[in-house]
Amino acid sequence: MVDTIVFLVAAAICLTGALGVILARNPVHSALMLVMTLFGIAVQFVSQEAHFLAAVQVIVYAGAIVVLFLFVIMLLGVDTAQNLEIGALPAQKWAALCFGVGSLALTGYIILAVDNPVTGRPGMGGAIDETANVRLLARSLFSNYVYAFELTSLLLVIAVIGAVVLARKPVKQLPEEAGR
Amino acid sequence: MIVTTSWYLVLGALLFIIGGVGLLVRRNPLIMLMCVELMLNGVNLSFVAFSKALGDIGGQTVVFFVLVVAAAEVVVGLGLIVAILRRAPGSTADDLSVLKG
Repeated sequence: MVDTIVFLVAAAICLTGALGVILARNPVHSALMLVMTLFGIAVQFVSQEAHFLAAVQVIVYAGAIVVLFLFVIMLLGVDTAQNLEIGALPAQKWAALCFGVGSLALTGYIILAVDNPVTGRPGMGGAIDETANVRLLARSLFSNYVYAFELTSLLLVIAVIGAVVLARKPVKQLPEEAGR
Repeated sequence: MIVTTSWYLVLGALLFIIGGVGLLVRRNPLIMLMCVELMLNGVNLSFVAFSKALGDIGGQTVVFFVLVVAAAEVVVGLGLIVAILRRAPGSTADDLSVLKG
């Protein structure tokens, strides 16, 4: 019973935030609505005993990514209201409509048609023990997926260097550039 | 009523749909990046739901990697947006079609 209430409240928070992201006219409001959705997802993670991921979700997403979004919005001064209607390609609107309605219909069909989506095949990554989520995740990460883990560190270094190079202001122009 | 795996999958699917529709209808590149985050979170929720249902920690490991890649994607994407908007203030995703040459 408690599970159901927690799920329904968190799902309502998630969906409200998600709709707010795409319907808000001000980018700052969108970013704050995104925080709401991410917190709702973190609650769903806790209720599924993925405690480490819930903590990481709050720290990385709400603490770093959304703050980065807000930082860029404030830095660029694009926090002005936008009309949602102007200039969108007509074909794009139809594509969005088809995508939304089609996916919703497919989801509804799956709800009706499939009773239990789980195949019952045993997992390959190690069983879940509810009391030792962090230990299991760490063991999986540093044994089976250790090369992928090392590659993510490389990816992060590349991303940081790329961001610095992209966002840096050009220090001085070359002489022939300045002459044009 | 008992919360089954399907409920989480449906919620993840709804988040994915909302993110996808937002990606198609909004033109502000920042909002489009946020919609990509919404789609990633919907998929993450499905991964964790399957991880719990199958008793397999691998799903949560994948979610961890998705988080890292999402962080890298946002960093590079925001760097690009800053670089573009500094040259052409107020440009939208439609204006960037000049990049196709």
